[in-house]
Amino acid sequence: MAEKQYIEFTEEMKKEYKILVPNMLPVHFELIISVLRTFGFNAELLRSEGPQIAETGLKYVHNDTCYPAVLVIGQFLYAIMSGKYDPHKVALVLFQTGGGCRASNYIPLLRKALERAGYGYVPVISFSPAGIEKHSGFKLTLRHWHAMVYAVLYGDLIMSLANQSKPYELNKGDTDRLSDRLTDKLSKELGKGGKIKYDRIKENYGKIIKLYADIPKNKTQKVKVGVVGEIFVKYSPLGNNNLEKFLIDEGAEVTVPGLLDFCLYSVYNSINDYRLYGRNFISHKLYEIAYKFVCRKKQDIIDLVTEEGSFTPWTPFEHTVSLAKGYISTGTKMGEGWLLTAEMLELAESGVKNIVCTQPFGCLPNHICGKGMMRPIKERNPDVNIVAIDYDAGATKANQENRLRLMLSNARDNIKSTEEEEIISETKRDFAPVP
Amino acid sequence: MNLNLKGRALGIDIGSTTTKVVLVDGNDILYERYERHFSQVREKTLEMIKDMKELLSSAPFTVAVSGSAGMGVTEATGLPFVQEVYATGEAVKRFAPDTSAVIELGGEDAKVIFFDGGVDERMNGSCAGGTGAFIDQMAVLLNMSVEEMDEESLKAKRIYPIASRCGVFAKTDIQPLLNQGALKSDVAASIYQAVVNQTITGLAQGRKIGGKVLFLGGPLYYCEGLRIRFRETLGLDEEHAIFPDYGRFAVALGAAIYSQTTNEITYDFLENELSRAKVGSGRDRLAPLFETEDDYKEFLDRHEKATVNERDIDTYRGRAWLGIDCGSTTTKLVLISEDKDLLYTYYSPNGGDPVKVVREQIKEIRRRCGDRITICGSTSTGYGEELVKNAFHVDFGIVETIAHYTAAKYFRPNVDFILDIGGQDIKCFRIRGGAIDSIMLNEACSSGCGSFIETFARSMGYSVSDFAEKGLHGKAPVNLGSRCTVFMNSSVKQSQKEGATVEDISAGLSISVVKNAIYKVIRASSPDELGKNIVVQGGTFYNDAVLRAFEKEIGAPVIRPSIAGLMGAYGAALYAMDMELEESDLLTLKELESFKHTAKSAICQGCANHCHLTVNSFGDGKRFISGNQCQKALGIEDVKELPNLYAWKRDYFASLKGKDGGRGKIGLPLALGMFELAPLWHGIFTELGFETVFSELSTRTTYEKGQFSIPSDTACYPAKIMHGHMEELIEKGAKRIFYPSLTYNVDEKAGTNHYNCPVVAYYAELLNGNMDSLKAVDFMYPYLNINSQGALVRTLARAFEEHGIDISRAELKKAVKVGFDEYYSYIKELHRLGEEALEFAEKHENRVMILAGRPYHIDPEIGHGIDKLASSLGFVVVSEDSICHLAHPVKTKVLNQWTFHARLYRAARFAAKHENAELVQLVSFGCGVDAITTDEVRAILEDGGKFYTQIKIDEITNLGAVKIRLRSLIGSLEDKERRKG
Repeated sequence: MAEKQYIEFTEEMKKEYKILVPNMLPVHFELIISVLRTFGFNAELLRSEGPQIAETGLKYVHNDTCYPAVLVIGQFLYAIMSGKYDPHKVALVLFQTGGGCRASNYIPLLRKALERAGYGYVPVISFSPAGIEKHSGFKLTLRHWHAMVYAVLYGDLIMSLANQSKPYELNKGDTDRLSDRLTDKLSKELGKGGKIKYDRIKENYGKIIKLYADIPKNKTQKVKVGVVGEIFVKYSPLGNNNLEKFLIDEGAEVTVPGLLDFCLYSVYNSINDYRLYGRNFISHKLYEIAYKFVCRKKQDIIDLVTEEGSFTPWTPFEHTVSLAKGYISTGTKMGEGWLLTAEMLELAESGVKNIVCTQPFGCLPNHICGKGMMRPIKERNPDVNIVAIDYDAGATKANQENRLRLMLSNARDNIKSTEEEEIISETKRDFAPVP
Repeated sequence: MNLNLKGRALGIDIGSTTTKVVLVDGNDILYERYERHFSQVREKTLEMIKDMKELLSSAPFTVAVSGSAGMGVTEATGLPFVQEVYATGEAVKRFAPDTSAVIELGGEDAKVIFFDGGVDERMNGSCAGGTGAFIDQMAVLLNMSVEEMDEESLKAKRIYPIASRCGVFAKTDIQPLLNQGALKSDVAASIYQAVVNQTITGLAQGRKIGGKVLFLGGPLYYCEGLRIRFRETLGLDEEHAIFPDYGRFAVALGAAIYSQTTNEITYDFLENELSRAKVGSGRDRLAPLFETEDDYKEFLDRHEKATVNERDIDTYRGRAWLGIDCGSTTTKLVLISEDKDLLYTYYSPNGGDPVKVVREQIKEIRRRCGDRITICGSTSTGYGEELVKNAFHVDFGIVETIAHYTAAKYFRPNVDFILDIGGQDIKCFRIRGGAIDSIMLNEACSSGCGSFIETFARSMGYSVSDFAEKGLHGKAPVNLGSRCTVFMNSSVKQSQKEGATVEDISAGLSISVVKNAIYKVIRASSPDELGKNIVVQGGTFYNDAVLRAFEKEIGAPVIRPSIAGLMGAYGAALYAMDMELEESDLLTLKELESFKHTAKSAICQGCANHCHLTVNSFGDGKRFISGNQCQKALGIEDVKELPNLYAWKRDYFASLKGKDGGRGKIGLPLALGMFELAPLWHGIFTELGFETVFSELSTRTTYEKGQFSIPSDTACYPAKIMHGHMEELIEKGAKRIFYPSLTYNVDEKAGTNHYNCPVVAYYAELLNGNMDSLKAVDFMYPYLNINSQGALVRTLARAFEEHGIDISRAELKKAVKVGFDEYYSYIKELHRLGEEALEFAEKHENRVMILAGRPYHIDPEIGHGIDKLASSLGFVVVSEDSICHLAHPVKTKVLNQWTFHARLYRAARFAAKHENAELVQLVSFGCGVDAITTDEVRAILEDGGKFYTQIKIDEITNLGAVKIRLRSLIGSLEDKERRKG
């Protein structure tokens, strides 16, 4: 398989091409893009939404392929066809893990779709730590990865603190405004390039935590709901019909495990491949160094959040790993694999007993590590309340929301039994008759 | 009833099809009412409230709304909402606190609530239709009212296996049963059984339904037969299966209870809220089918031109030819004259009894022909082709694709694309160089076809034609997407909730059907891919809304013959004409008078498959047997056996036996990856002194044995059947069971990696988490590396140690070597036999069918004997793994990183390069990876000028559709050969 079957993104292209990035996590991706910009890549985040994206995707992707592929490819094609860009000066970038899940095929599927739509000449860049493809104009060095770790950490921190602030804010919009401002500011800072000074970053962490803590809030008790699942539909409002907004509107506090954990999971699996099968004989040492490094960086944030005291800190990744034991082997590494199971347990342990497990309709790994693990989890943690929701171009919001509402009703009941008094005043609706 | 409410409470439950209202005062139910709302959600509710005016005006009350369509009403009004399952739970806790479980079936949802040991509430997933709407659909199919179907079911003598996953699947099973003459009573009861199975597998998911069970909801209230099936299946006596009088109102009662947490209101307020509420139209809308009245006129004029002349049968003298198209839901007959004019036509639903319909029609035709007209030939086609051919001595039987092409050519000799949307099939053929070049049929999962619109029309209280008429005038058709029936059901539900008009829904449905056909079945990305001379046909295209939607979608006019629904029959008649017989063998008037038809069911004892047969006997002693997978059932014993690698592989795996070596028994489930690596494990364990115990090849019973612990019903059938194999091993006394987790499969150096798919790799994790019975055995599912002997020794050693089994390294090394020897000699033999089969075919001039799927598709319950069917049609059958070594690895456009799939690509390349080899791809429903491989395999084949044929398989037990597909393939091959000369 020596011969290249794809169009390479060359050094020359780097100078004049715009690189389009699909939207999965607005805050994180904005930050990552800033990092890319500092290294001379002209990248832009696609922010389009609406039904036409799925429709475009369905036209060019096999309809039984997972929903995220339909959306991501749809978003790209929609952008290219919009006339906003010169198709001859555009490249696309997609993340590729190369795992055993069919998701590792998004890039080939995107190329096929481009060809069918008449844009076969548009280069597609595989963004992959494993280096599945070579693009001379898109070489990522340790420096790049290093900077991106901080982009992800910032993103996770903002997401986590915002989630813990927004349901309680006294002045509607405070949290979103702060998040936007911070994203903007941090992007600019990361975008300046230069040597990364960790002290400065830590200082920023402290400031960020303080700023969210200072948002005026009222201390009501809310139902806590965790969201886990296939990475795209878990995070992307486009993929999950604005799940987070729906839950917040229904009066819940949402917890979504961070992106960094998924990165750590990927690194962990590479190390585990050595332990289990003797693969990655040479590279596993490097993975171990990276793993320890990133875990340490995560721990620094955990310490700062704990110290400040207003918010629930994250669970250290090593602990998350240990939670899977007895439920699923950490050898289950396709898709979100064992991490998905572990995250449900992590949420339960941290007091978030209500969980939405999201997946595209027909998601193969989630048969096993999502739906397949719900029973053992409930058996051993009877107070956990999990609902599995499938996302798909044809699945209706009404159907999904009905199931979510059932989960929320039970969640409220569970609070009721623990704190009888408080909740009754909350469910008693303000519903005054017309005089 | 102990409701214990304070004061008056009104509960309103607006479901997908009905509205229920209950008024409670203290412990008394003052008022209850149950009505279909025909999607006039808000209006109907308001009307029902107005009828209660007197009662409600006397004092204030509390109110809450529940139900799937209730959501929209509360959003628009601000009335309190309570989720329906939650409401049911609350109600049951009050008035039947000793309940262990609740089963509630609604219009489109099914719910199970467990009360023992913590409340656990479950609803059906998004792909599950064993519900009220499903029962309604099935009644339509049987041409009965729901009441009649229920009554009929009570007379049932046997239950047929019917796929219970969703309505579409079940239909695929039911239709052939009806066409083959199965008794309606048996079918009705089987439909109920399918609903029961769906509820148990889909919702209980391993949790036992026992104790005192409460059955709620409309369907269970109305259908006695359904209640009986539930009681029998769950083994509940009268005391434990409770079907309460208030069953239909449980949700409404729950809403009434919930309403007590809200403030009281007055009647005037409620009426006012409901009257002024605007249920918003959030769903996006599409452009209308016709912008102006002139557009409509032009459209009508244009289509009036594609007609066939008619001639009066009562005055015509001369020869005539008869075509009979016995379709899935309709029967069509056409009699043509020497000038190919229509003498007689007939188009009608067969009401589940095609034989009766055809007999009446032939009688009528014979009578009117008298001595003036000689019927010189007759041809039957369609699902019931063989039945009709045998019953009435029809001269020829042809596969329907050929019939349709023959007819289309009459209207447009240079036709290059035919799209036929019938009652439940979508068929498309592309024609190149005068031959059918590729055939696409809808799969079981995407049948948004004619009967689908019909069911919708009826459920909304319209005839199909009125419904279509309305669609033409829809001002803003709703966008319903392009998915399967079940999904569309809920899309329609949602748009109803948003207040869409019947006109807009009808137009929207037509557009959906069209989009489904173009993008899902044909898989075209642009209309240009279809062709330049398009003929559309099939009964569904009588619907002008569908026709218009199609033209709009592809942006070009098409031809719809005036006999769109009769094309199969017309083509069959033309075919009979071509055959130039002197006189037809068709039954005469006298013979028809004494014609008798009885259908009996039987089970074939020819082999272990035990096919369910339907034996049709006709008055003249002729019999027609259907339901068989091979020819044995027909009493043909000495069929010449063609090489069939599937059969050889089955025999090979069934012959793997263990021997007692002192270390005890070890169970190995013969499913999924075991169909590849069994020789390896057999060799290793036997050498180590374990007695290997394999489970048997699967039957339906295997599946049923394990179906109660399946947590994800959208997983593929080969995975779900694993549960049964585990149960079987435990029954066989295995105290230890082995099914390794293999991220990586054997490396055949044919791709960039050599993964297993996630399901094959990790299904053991799921089994371990969900099967209680495994807790009593030592279940070994270690993560192993099989890519070298050394690695396997190391990883196995770790596994044995973890399970406390003491085996020395030296012993293990030796055993692993023995295992690999056994595996490689199996592969060698497989390859040798593959080559031998090819040689045989070459020598005897047989066609070769590469039946390409996964190793586990050889299992008779998974592959449904398709290999035998192919064999009976004259193919030498080889498997993908027996010949893939003869082709080089393929550079695919997609990531070629799975071992089993790399074989597919190689097999496809082999087929592309060999004249006499055809590849048919078997795809399990729910296989995510095959969404990627199918397009790739198709491309490889079409590059080599070959047909691509795909067969989707699931629990479906019927071979009728597969047979049509394979016969179409043969028909097209013959056609192609003829043209080559």
